[in-house]
Amino acid sequence: MQRPWTKLLGVILIALLITGCGGKTSNESSQVQKQISVAGSTTVQPLAEKLAEAFMEKHPDVEITVQGGGSSVGIKSAAGGIADIGAASRELKESEKQKYPDLQVFVIAYDGIAIIVHPGVEVDGLTRKQLQGIFAGKITSWKEVGGADKTIIVVAREEGSGTRAAFEELVMGGKQITGQAILQPSNGAVKKTVASTPYSIGFLSFGYLDEEVKALAVDGVAPTKENAAQKRYPLVRPLNLLTKGTPSGLVKEWLDFILGPEGQKIVQSEGYIPVK
Amino acid sequence: MKGKKSEAFWAGRVIEGILLLDALLAIVVIFLIGLLILIEAWPAFRKIGFVPFLLGKEWRPGKELYGLLPMIVGSILVTLGAVTLGVPIGVALATFLAEVAPPWVQKVVRPAIELLAGIPSVVYGLFGLAVLVPLVRQIPVPGNSGFGLLSASVVLAVMILPTVANISEDAIRSVAREYREGSLALGATHWQTIIGVVLPAARSGIVAAVILGIGRALGETMAMIMVIGNSVIIPKPLNSNPLTIFLSQARTLTGNIAVEISYATGLHENALFATGVVLFILIMLVNSMAHLAMRRRS
Repeated sequence: MQRPWTKLLGVILIALLITGCGGKTSNESSQVQKQISVAGSTTVQPLAEKLAEAFMEKHPDVEITVQGGGSSVGIKSAAGGIADIGAASRELKESEKQKYPDLQVFVIAYDGIAIIVHPGVEVDGLTRKQLQGIFAGKITSWKEVGGADKTIIVVAREEGSGTRAAFEELVMGGKQITGQAILQPSNGAVKKTVASTPYSIGFLSFGYLDEEVKALAVDGVAPTKENAAQKRYPLVRPLNLLTKGTPSGLVKEWLDFILGPEGQKIVQSEGYIPVK
Repeated sequence: MKGKKSEAFWAGRVIEGILLLDALLAIVVIFLIGLLILIEAWPAFRKIGFVPFLLGKEWRPGKELYGLLPMIVGSILVTLGAVTLGVPIGVALATFLAEVAPPWVQKVVRPAIELLAGIPSVVYGLFGLAVLVPLVRQIPVPGNSGFGLLSASVVLAVMILPTVANISEDAIRSVAREYREGSLALGATHWQTIIGVVLPAARSGIVAAVILGIGRALGETMAMIMVIGNSVIIPKPLNSNPLTIFLSQARTLTGNIAVEISYATGLHENALFATGVVLFILIMLVNSMAHLAMRRRS
């Protein structure tokens, strides 16, 4: 008795194996000659993508790829030559400056870190000292900073986040963020959590602010772009691009474009503070 | 005649060979995954030490402190919560489907349970975030944010329900007909037969179902990140009532990896891979236990 289906099955299986193993594609030939690779901070990433798009529109033969990975990855990638440009949403640590002395830092924009609370919180402003107490877990009730007698629920970013690193540097002054803090893995998740959790407080990039949450004044200064641009608002951090050594060629062209009027206009329209 | 026969014979052998190759491929893949994770994790075990890594209470990568105990406790507690809530419901559901429900009810309920198994994890997370977290927040205990073990346990309980219910139902159905008939012949009611004869006879299958549910619970990631709060603390009761420990935030082993991997470099990255190794071993242990329970049954 012949069983044609077994043969058919065999053929299908073999075909699957062959295509599965031999699925090697070669796209080397289609590679664009003029390429820039960017890697690093997820805060800088959307801005860098917009700046790349605008540049590529003017220079259709150029291809700029922007990858995430975080600020630490950006610094390492630039220093190790893995990427042409690294992105970091915090300043370089002393240890990093020593380890990679030939890294060039280009500040392409400033970004404010807003302190946000649930809209139901009556407090309108806090000092940096009070913020430190709250995020370190020393101040646990809103009553201690002029609000209702309710427990403060602290929301923060995860370890390794550039926004968290910048917040720690600008506010915490060496103190640790309390272990009781709810940790969320992105700016968007922090906003969502604070917006939906009564008596909660958190921090995020200015670019993510909207009316879902209430932004607090810090040291009596309202969190507006104008105040941040004029350096009155205390929680401002640079967004950096890094190159290994002095940039040249295409990389220099793109950096000039970013720091020029066109690039800085994009910086402004994306919700960040221009450097000039 | 003979030629034809041997042709079919060889075709069969070839297919057998291919199928064997497929089976081997699965083993090779699992072996390679285990090996690669172990290689990446090795520097962490060497530099941190196995015991300090497992029993350390502080996880602060910025300060080079890598203690996994909060996450281990978090994973165990949330799994415990899920099992406590999910298993009685799952077993009751299985008993109902196998013993009590009329056929038309079975036709409605069984696909519904299967659908439950097909819902993506992130959708459970959304449900937890939108419904459970605000609900749990209503419990008037200071420091209760709604995010935490209770919300996570409830989400997990629903997620393990299909596993527990399906395998338990199979176990209950496979109880020999003679047992039931014997019990009924002795004058026991249907209910007494279920409680006194059928469920005890299906015990090892139900145990296997529970253990597989535990394995599923330990591995769950996305829904957990969304509702558990991800705080790196060993959960403690919020007030004098020990049950309020379930209102505390926590972090699971899976969540530890998923939340931090995108930013991790160097030893931090190795430590996250080492977290993966711990999880891998834990799940292997749980699965072997399930296999043991299953074998005892047959």
